[in-house]
Amino acid sequence: MSIRIASNVRDIPRSGIRDFFEIVQSMGDVISLGIGEPDFATPWHIREAAIYALERGRTGYTSNLGLPRLRRSISDYVQKHFGVRYEPLSEVLVSVGVSEAIDLALRALLDPGDEVIYHEPCYVSYAPTISLARGVARAVQTRASDGFALRAEDMEKAITPRTRVLMLNFPTNPTGATMEPEELEKIAALCRRHDLVVMSDEIYSELTYEEGKHHSIAACEGMKERTVFLHGLSKAFAMTGWRIGFACAPAPLIEAMMKIHQYAILCAPVMGQDAAIEALERGAQSVDKMRREYERRRNFITSALNDCGLPCPKPKGAFYVFPDISSTGLSSREFSLRLLHEKKVAVVPGTAFGPAGEGHVRCSFATALDQIKTAAERIAEFRAGLPG
Amino acid sequence: MEALIDLLQQNALMSRTDMARLLDRTVEEVESAIAKLEADGVVLGYQAIINREKWDQDKVTAVIEVKITPERDGGFDRIAERIAKFEEVQSCYLMSGGYDLLIVVEAANLRAAAGFVAEKLSTIGAVQSTATHFRLKTYKENGAFHALEQTHERLSVTP
Repeated sequence: MSIRIASNVRDIPRSGIRDFFEIVQSMGDVISLGIGEPDFATPWHIREAAIYALERGRTGYTSNLGLPRLRRSISDYVQKHFGVRYEPLSEVLVSVGVSEAIDLALRALLDPGDEVIYHEPCYVSYAPTISLARGVARAVQTRASDGFALRAEDMEKAITPRTRVLMLNFPTNPTGATMEPEELEKIAALCRRHDLVVMSDEIYSELTYEEGKHHSIAACEGMKERTVFLHGLSKAFAMTGWRIGFACAPAPLIEAMMKIHQYAILCAPVMGQDAAIEALERGAQSVDKMRREYERRRNFITSALNDCGLPCPKPKGAFYVFPDISSTGLSSREFSLRLLHEKKVAVVPGTAFGPAGEGHVRCSFATALDQIKTAAERIAEFRAGLPG
Repeated sequence: MEALIDLLQQNALMSRTDMARLLDRTVEEVESAIAKLEADGVVLGYQAIINREKWDQDKVTAVIEVKITPERDGGFDRIAERIAKFEEVQSCYLMSGGYDLLIVVEAANLRAAAGFVAEKLSTIGAVQSTATHFRLKTYKENGAFHALEQTHERLSVTP
């Protein structure tokens, strides 16, 4: 018997990253700049707090919305760092990573055929998650010349009467793009005028460099009531495997998201929630230490790539560089495959993050310095062997 | 400057070219900043961190709590300096609390360490009493095991 798969799942193309991952897995001794997670273990004080919680037998379910104490910590943290106050008991939901919260919000907001605007190149899950929620994904291409920030005028062109949601991700995976407050205000104004809800994935917000301050659209005037603020512990606190994210939004939307969450997931794992309390309340120093380390590696890798003839602006956020490889005459995919086979260095083709990524590759600097150094030397050798 | 000091503390042997790249400075700028730190006495020196389990195992380390009678003119300083000058003394701190000086002593063996306490330290007039604690095992030395841990079980390519 052949099992029929639902069309909206069947129609989702295979992830370009997954393809690439399988090739890399089949080879040995590869230096990978393809990893989208911190190379640090979770800071010890956070792990230790989780161990202590386990020792005390804290192993049960929690409230669907998450531990009240954690929701208070989240509320305080968001107010302190983003300047927006959310009611801990009704406007905060703890999810299994930000990915789950994105899925919940889309499912809670969209009717079939509703359109969602997002900016490309972007994180690989946005378009599929929109389709799975029966929405229609509308990509707006960003440009290298703008540092891959979203222009309000480009966004405006994509708005139709069916547009319901705008998804933002700044700092951006894979480009490291950030938004200037003036442009963010223009986008906020468009959202107010066209009555759009904003889903703002700010997972990399702690990782901004050169004193660049992160601005959340939720803090723009009149935006809190139409924004789903999405964040999590994975990147800044090096807690990817704990799977703790959260959404802050107006209470009726949180309630709607909770309806889905309670039947699908019940609650985020309690040990992760206990660890998250420690991270949010006492993790600032650890985050700062890791951020400083990333900033130095960013300086190193951009300087090394520029020196070997691959133009690479310094990203202001996240932990990725997105160099321009078009001078080699190779496509992103060809460049990545040949670099992998000839020099055993894995980078991710820019096109894995949308067509606007053509001519670029993503290199993660969440990688130990000695590895970055060797990878950069091999990339330079590879580049030297190519025309152009 | 803070970032440079951070790097020097992590690994003073790192090449100046790598330091320059990490700090987004020229090699010359890094070299002159280091020279200034050294000239100003901010950086006092560079040392290797030795794993005592693997090298010179007979060597003993002791921390000694010392109570002293401060002098009318010099306070603790003159007597502390006098103690610090002994070759065996690696570090010497003035402390708050139940005793005055905490000194870290390294000696070739137990007998030498005992000799230092009995013959040198205790016989100084201002020293009222000493309490000596010997190191049995080292778990962490100068932050050497305190570096950010790196994980090794990551998937090779992730979104």
